[in-house]
Amino acid sequence: MKSINTFEQLLTECTSQGKRIWQVAQAYESEWCEVPINKMRQVATSSLKAMKEAIRSGLNSTEMSMSGMCGDDCNKLQKRFALRPAIFGKTFEKILTYSLATSEENIRMGKIVACPTAGSCGIVPAVITAISEEYNISEERQVNALITAGEIGRIISARVPLAGAVAGCQAECGAAAAMAAGAVTQLLGGEPRQVLNAVALTLKNILGLTCDPVCGLVEVPCVKRNPFMAVMAITACELAISGVESKIPVDEVVDAMEQTGQLMSPALKESSMGGLARTKTAVKLQSDLFS
Amino acid sequence: MKQTSILDIISPIMIGPSSSHTAGAVRLGLLAKNIYGKIPQKITFKLYNSYALTGKGHGTEKGLLAGVLGLAVDDRRIKNIFSDDIAKNIEYKFEYQENFKKHPNSVDFIFEDDKTMKIYGESVGAGEVCIKEINGFSVKLTGKYNTLMIVYKDIPGMISQVSGLIQTQNINIASLHCDRYAKGEEATMCISIDGDLENDVIEAVKAIDKVYFVSYIKKLEE
Repeated sequence: MKSINTFEQLLTECTSQGKRIWQVAQAYESEWCEVPINKMRQVATSSLKAMKEAIRSGLNSTEMSMSGMCGDDCNKLQKRFALRPAIFGKTFEKILTYSLATSEENIRMGKIVACPTAGSCGIVPAVITAISEEYNISEERQVNALITAGEIGRIISARVPLAGAVAGCQAECGAAAAMAAGAVTQLLGGEPRQVLNAVALTLKNILGLTCDPVCGLVEVPCVKRNPFMAVMAITACELAISGVESKIPVDEVVDAMEQTGQLMSPALKESSMGGLARTKTAVKLQSDLFS
Repeated sequence: MKQTSILDIISPIMIGPSSSHTAGAVRLGLLAKNIYGKIPQKITFKLYNSYALTGKGHGTEKGLLAGVLGLAVDDRRIKNIFSDDIAKNIEYKFEYQENFKKHPNSVDFIFEDDKTMKIYGESVGAGEVCIKEINGFSVKLTGKYNTLMIVYKDIPGMISQVSGLIQTQNINIASLHCDRYAKGEEATMCISIDGDLENDVIEAVKAIDKVYFVSYIKKLEE
């Protein structure tokens, strides 16, 4: 198999072989990384199981993080939804609570799956799990969706390292949202072309997203950013699966993301030297926390 | 281009909150312990820069200690490691320094037991780590390969003798890194290999004249 480092190359392989993205991706992985397909699916399955376990524990905890800044917001949503449902219904409730549950589990030193990073760990699991529960989708198909997400992340990371310190939050929560958008489009039966449009539409909407964590911790704004990004993934999926196309092809959007990351000031790339991290309140929180 | 794997994107399963500050800290601790060969009685951790400044909020100290005690990145005991029974029988302390000549996320391990060893390592991002210095010698250990580390007298033929022994098992050498204090003085060799060395090869390396110290450091689990 030829090397695949762009979405265009991926789509060409899918089209010429008449295969889905996950099928091409697992064959490619087994050839290039010398991992047998069944072994790779085993790892993906254990990741999926750990994701669901993190959601379960997160939904049942209100323990605060070590800094005391985050930890009890998922519980607030669950209490309210018990009294009055979310505007957009049950699936929407699940997407919000599952993503928040996972990122809160992360900051209280619970067990999570870095997907692609720990700070963005709530997005892909929430979207795959919520949609699969609502549409009664088998574990096997969820693994296919997770492999699709992994392939999307891999191709983005071929040009933009998935680290806030390099390209801002574009490359963490932004990449996770694109992975989730592609995964859910796959879950709902989207064609490879539609999956890639979902990726492009998402990435266009996260360009310039800064990484400016308060007190240098993966908490504010990271934890609450996860549900926002999970919802964006669903928006992209709805558009793409209806046949809406990104005017800018997905590889060019990734180019824009790379360039935007380079143009972004180091103050806004995980150094906590600018943005939210230098607000009056953040500075006070920092001096209270580290004094 | 270096080929990345999908599995790097959808794993690892880890204890949060940070791949560099928590999971990376555990992996550094594990590697340092594996280099030392056992869990030392007394440990001083010197945390630098971002590790020193934001370590507490990220559980970096817990991760480092848990790693030295042999826990994996997804072990739930990391969270309460300071009160766990496995940490009861050793003596440890943490120091904090700013030193901008060092990597933002870096640490010195000072191990004291039947021998004293100082190990310096960096958490280079996304949970990847690198041990860069052992007792002042430059080394390169990432935990991705099984690695044979040797301290020896800098004399001709040492590399050839060691690589010859590895060759008897028909094992490929992935990388070789040497450093010395001065010509004819103490030197170090780190040999990363594909595959796994048998014990008698390691014993044979130990038996080479003018070899002072040998450590076989197994690769870390993904």
